[in-house]
Amino acid sequence: MKKVNALIINLEDNVAIALKDISQGKKVITLDREPFLALNDIPYSHKVALIHIPKEGKMVKYGETIAIAKTDIKPGEWVHIHNVESEVER
Amino acid sequence: MKSFLGYERADGSVGIRNYLAVIPSVACANGVVNQIANEVKGAIPITHGYGCGAGPSDLVTTSNTLSGIGRNPNVGAVLVIGLGCEVVNADSLANSIAESGKPVEHLLIQEYGGSQKTMEKGIEIARKMSGRLSKEAKVEVPFDKLVIGLECGGSDAFSGVTANPCVGAVSDWLVERGCTVILSETTEMIGAEHVLERRAMNEEVRRRIAEIVTRMEQATRDILGPLAGMVIAPGNIDGGISTIAEKSLGCIRKGGTSPIMEVLEYAQAPTKKGLVIMDTPGYDVESISALSAGGAQLILFTTGRGTPVGSPISPTIKIASNSETYHKMKDDIDINAGTIIDGDKSITEVRDEIVQFIERVIEEKKTKAELNKQAVFGILKTATSF
Repeated sequence: MKKVNALIINLEDNVAIALKDISQGKKVITLDREPFLALNDIPYSHKVALIHIPKEGKMVKYGETIAIAKTDIKPGEWVHIHNVESEVER
Repeated sequence: MKSFLGYERADGSVGIRNYLAVIPSVACANGVVNQIANEVKGAIPITHGYGCGAGPSDLVTTSNTLSGIGRNPNVGAVLVIGLGCEVVNADSLANSIAESGKPVEHLLIQEYGGSQKTMEKGIEIARKMSGRLSKEAKVEVPFDKLVIGLECGGSDAFSGVTANPCVGAVSDWLVERGCTVILSETTEMIGAEHVLERRAMNEEVRRRIAEIVTRMEQATRDILGPLAGMVIAPGNIDGGISTIAEKSLGCIRKGGTSPIMEVLEYAQAPTKKGLVIMDTPGYDVESISALSAGGAQLILFTTGRGTPVGSPISPTIKIASNSETYHKMKDDIDINAGTIIDGDKSITEVRDEIVQFIERVIEEKKTKAELNKQAVFGILKTATSF
């Protein structure tokens, strides 16, 4: 089995979850996609973008919208509260 | 697996264990209950702190939960011990359990002449019941007789990534085969209710999902005040969770992706097959007690930080989200979904591992919680005592 360092939970997702710390410039390896480069340090259990997501685009994990992009997000970019926000304010 | 071997009950349900439950109708009978259960093979004491001195709504919850435990398919016979002056009356509790058609007897400590005499008589009755239970044979029944409860406790950043998606895949697998799966913990649904509502099988179910989540969110804000953020918030931001929707989606993922057939009250038994929701708190002890009372023969319990908790009635299978916790608490945890993080297994492979483990537990393999004699039981109570 391929040694992966990130997991795509649902095939509709546009983020993967880092299974270990992935340093900037290192490859993000998942079961389901071609490896790609991490543009930032991705701490383990954090999200990394799989594709380009435009500002106000939907962040999809579990096949569902988990957040909205606050800025353009590039493939390989770390995704967290600095660049995404809740769809509905609570 | 199209069928399994189990203990067929008069009401059509099927047990994977054949316990004698000794149930106090009120906490005052706990001592007698413990002594009886200690002396009799296969007897399980269901001690608790309630049964009197509470308002009508809490007393109904206590009584429904105890009755549900007695009716659980894993219970073959029941002995109820009451004091005599309590509000949750031993006689009506015994009658309500007996409606399921299983043997039920009851004794009152005040009527029978105190603890010693009640205990001796109780042991005599329990030994007879236990003797009859040990002679009962299993029969082959369709797989769809299974009712499985879902729970998580001591979650971590990987719970929603490994253990919960694996259990979700098991839920879908079970529902496809006609089983009933109960998703619980309303607290953990706050922020993801729109996803659950979309999967409701009709408008009434959708309305009920919205109702229980709104009520739980309001109660959380009313009671916790500024601390409500501990519940209604992304939670583990350091762990990479960005929004409350993401956190709650990770929790409800245990239920898989099937349509939601009905919404049950705390401790209520399902009337439909497929995926159902039970309105329970996130507190795992009170939630698994409600799942057992609702008739779950088995519970799948995911954990990130590790927990020993297990139901006295429903064998509880513990699934760790990461290998470190699994190895550190191997005596408490049955399955390691952390193998996904280590790159050794896929979600589908861990799903198959859980399914195989369920089959072995049905064949009477003991779970770690059973081996540890974990028998954690707690009933929801919402108002003050009087």
